[in-house]
Amino acid sequence: FCLFSQDLPQNIHLLMYIGVMSLLRPLLLDVVPTIQQTAALALGRLANYNDDLAEAVVKGDILPQLVYSLAEQNRFYKKAAAFVLRAVGKHSPQLAQAIVDCGALDTLVICLEDFDPGVKEAAAWALGYIARHNAELSQAVVDAGAVPLLVLCIQEPEIALKRIAASALSDISKHSPELAQTVVDAGAIAHLAQMILNPDAKLKRQVLSALSQIAKHSVDLAEMGVEAEIFPVVLTCLKDSDEYVKKNAATLIREIAKHTPELSQLIVNAGGVAAVIDCIGNCKGNVRLPGIMMLGYVAAHSENLAMAVIISKGVPQLSICLSEEREDHIKAAAAWALGQIGRHTPEHARAVAVTNVLPLLLSLYMETESSEDLQVKTKKALKNILQKCTYLPALEPLLHDAPPNILKHVVGQFSKVLPHDSKARRLFVTTGGLKKVQEIKAEPGSLLQEYINTINNCYPEEIVR
Amino acid sequence: MATLARLRGRLPGQREEYFHRNRAVDEYRKAEHNAAVRIQSWFRGCRVRAYIRYLNKMMIIIQKWWRGYQGRKHFRKMVETAYFIMKMNFYNEMAVRIQKRWRGYYIRKYIHNYYALKKYLEAISVNNEIVRKELEEFAEMKEKEKEKKDLEREEKKKDHQARKMHYLLSTEQMPGVYNSPFRQSPDPMEVRLRKARPFSHRQQQIKKHLADEISDWPTCTSALTFPTMKPLPPIGRQKPQGPFRDTAEVLQQRYKPLEPTLRVATSINSLEKAREEIKREEWRNRINDNKFLPFSSCHKNQEYDPLIHTSSKYGQMTYGIKHFREEHHEKWVANKDFETVLPSIDLFDKFGQTYSKAGQIV
Repeated sequence: FCLFSQDLPQNIHLLMYIGVMSLLRPLLLDVVPTIQQTAALALGRLANYNDDLAEAVVKGDILPQLVYSLAEQNRFYKKAAAFVLRAVGKHSPQLAQAIVDCGALDTLVICLEDFDPGVKEAAAWALGYIARHNAELSQAVVDAGAVPLLVLCIQEPEIALKRIAASALSDISKHSPELAQTVVDAGAIAHLAQMILNPDAKLKRQVLSALSQIAKHSVDLAEMGVEAEIFPVVLTCLKDSDEYVKKNAATLIREIAKHTPELSQLIVNAGGVAAVIDCIGNCKGNVRLPGIMMLGYVAAHSENLAMAVIISKGVPQLSICLSEEREDHIKAAAAWALGQIGRHTPEHARAVAVTNVLPLLLSLYMETESSEDLQVKTKKALKNILQKCTYLPALEPLLHDAPPNILKHVVGQFSKVLPHDSKARRLFVTTGGLKKVQEIKAEPGSLLQEYINTINNCYPEEIVR
Repeated sequence: MATLARLRGRLPGQREEYFHRNRAVDEYRKAEHNAAVRIQSWFRGCRVRAYIRYLNKMMIIIQKWWRGYQGRKHFRKMVETAYFIMKMNFYNEMAVRIQKRWRGYYIRKYIHNYYALKKYLEAISVNNEIVRKELEEFAEMKEKEKEKKDLEREEKKKDHQARKMHYLLSTEQMPGVYNSPFRQSPDPMEVRLRKARPFSHRQQQIKKHLADEISDWPTCTSALTFPTMKPLPPIGRQKPQGPFRDTAEVLQQRYKPLEPTLRVATSINSLEKAREEIKREEWRNRINDNKFLPFSSCHKNQEYDPLIHTSSKYGQMTYGIKHFREEHHEKWVANKDFETVLPSIDLFDKFGQTYSKAGQIV
C-alpha cells in the first residue's frame, strides 16, 4: 500500500482515516531493507501532501529514528529519509525547527558528502527547504557546515544536483548579509557565474535567483557579483524562452542597479537598459515587474542615467505597461519608475509628458478602485513630474480634470511659463485654457490664487473678463 | 680835646635821641613792612606769571608740533589703508574675472560637459542598438536551435516507430499500409520502414525492466539524473583490417608544408636589393647635404657677431667684456689694485696646456 499512496490525494485521505501513521512507524524498524525504504517513502509522500500529517510525523517521534538510521543505511534509504525530512520541513518554520532540534542537520550534511548524486540531491533539497523559512534556521544550516559542500555540489556534472544546490544556496543567502557573505566566502560566485551559460532553463532560473539574493544585500556583494563578469552574459538570459529565467535575470540586474550610481552606470554602458526594455516589451504580467523596477532605480540615481533611460526608448514602453497591465502593483511600479525618470529636469519631464502619460496617471489616481499604494505612487509621480514640466500642450488636458491638490501644481507651472512666452499665451487662450483657469475657485491668499493672479496679469483686462 | 668835650656835651641827649629814633622807626616799621611785603609779593607774582606765560608758550609750541606729527602719521596711515583697500578691491575684481572664467571653463569641461554628455548619450544609443541586434540574433539562433532539436526529436521518434513497426513494410505481393497503389509515390514512412533495422527481442525486454525501479521515484522528478549516453556498439563486431595509423597523423604528413632552407629562400639578387634599400634609406633620412668636415675647420669661415646690446655706434662697449666693475683710479690709496687673497690653483693653470690642441674645437 506504500505504492498506493503515490500521487492520489484521495488515497491519502483514506489512509489517514485508517490511522496509517502508527502503522508505518514499526515498519521503519523492520529487518528487510526494502520494507524500510518503502515505509520511509510512504511517510515522505504523506508528509509532503499536508502539513497536519507532517506535524503528526513530528509528534510521532519518527524523526529521531530516521536521523539515527540515516547515518548507517544504504543510499536508497538515505534518499527516502531525506525526502521525509524535506517534506516535513517545507510546511512551516516550527516543523523545520523541530527537524533541526533532533539533530538532523549534521546527518544531512554527512549525506552531502556521499558518493551517490541522488543522495546529495535529496540532502541538498532538504537543507534548502529548511533554510528557506527564516534567518535562524539558515544560520543553523550554515553552522552545520553545509555551505562548502553545497558549493562542491554545484560543480558536479549532474544537472538536477546543480539545480538543487543552487536553489539551496539561494535560500540560505536571501535572509541577511552575513549569510550571503558566508556563501560568497565559500567561493560560490565564480561557479554560479559559470553556470549562467548552461543551456538548461531551470538551472538558469536557480542560478540567477541565487546571484540576485546574494547581490541584494550590500554594495560589496553586488560588486563581487559584477566582478565575476556576469555582464553581458546576463543580457542573453533576458532573451531566453523561459519566462522565469527572464524574470530572475531582470531581478538580478535590478538588485545590482539599485545600490550605487556607479553600478547603474556600468549596467547602462553594457547596454543593459536596452535589453531590459526589450524584455519588458516581450513579456506580460508579473514577469515585467523586476524590469520596471530596475528602470526606476537606474533613473533615480542621477539625471544622466535618467537621460540614458529616456534615450533607450524606455518611456514609451513604461507607458504601455501602465496602460496594459491589470495588476495594481505592476501599475504602481510603472508609475513610480516614470516619476523617477521625469523628476530631474524640465527636459526629462518633457520627455515623459510627450508620451501622453500624464492623463493616464491622473485617471489612475482618481479611480476609486485603485489600491492605496497605487494612488500614493501615482500622486507622487504626478507631483514630481509636474514640478519640472514646462511642456504646456501636455499640461492642458490636466487642467480640466484634476483635483485641487494636483491642479495647484499644474496652474503653478502655467504661471511660471506664460509670463515669458507670448506664443504659449496665445495658444493658452485659443485652447480655452484661460477660460478654465477663470472657472477655478480658490481661496484668496492661497498659493493657487497667487498663480491664477500671475496668469491673469499676463493678459489685458478685456480678455480676462 | 675839644671834640671830646663836644661829644661829651652831646652825650646826655644821646640816650633820648637813640630812644626817639628807635621809637620812630618802630612806629613805621609795621607799615613799612607791610608795604614792602606788598611790593615784593606783587613783584614775585609778576615774575611767576611771566614764567608761567613763558612756560605756556613753550608748551603750546611743543604740543603743536607733537599734534602735527601725530596727525601726519595718522594721515599717512589712513592714506596707506585707503590705498591698500583700493588695491585689494582692484585685485578682487581681477580675481573675480579670472575665477569667473576659470569656473566657467572647469564646469563646462569637467562637471557638466554638454558635448561629452551628448556624445555619451549618442554612444549609449548606438551601443543599445548593437546590443539589441546581437540579442535578437542570439534569440533567433536559439529559436533555430530549438526548432532543429525538435525536428531531430521528431525524426528520432519516427525512426524508432519505423523500427518497431518494420513488419508494415510492403512486399512484392502485397503493398503495405503506407504504400497505397492509389498514391503517386510512397509515403515517407514507407521509405523509413525500408531503411529501418528491426529491433531484436532482447532489447525490448531490457527496456521494460528499467521502468520498474523504485529507487528512482521519490527524489528525482525528472526522468534521469545521469546524462544520456548513446548506445554502445555491439561487442562482437568485425574489427577493421590491419593496424592503420591515426588518420590525423597521416594527413599531417601528407600535407606537411614546405620548409625551405635560408639559402634557398633568399632570392638571387638579394644583395643588390639590400644595397638599393640602404641607399634609399640614406636618401630619405638625410637632412644635411653638406660634406662632413673635420672638427678643426668647423668654424673657420664664421665671423663672430657681437651682441647688439653691448655694441654702441661708437664701437663696442668695454663694460661687460673688458671690465665688470667701475674703477676709480684717482680714489685709490696706493697705486695698486686689490691683492688676491687666495693662491692660484696649479691644476687650473695647466688648463688647456697639457695635451695637444688637435682634438679641440677652436
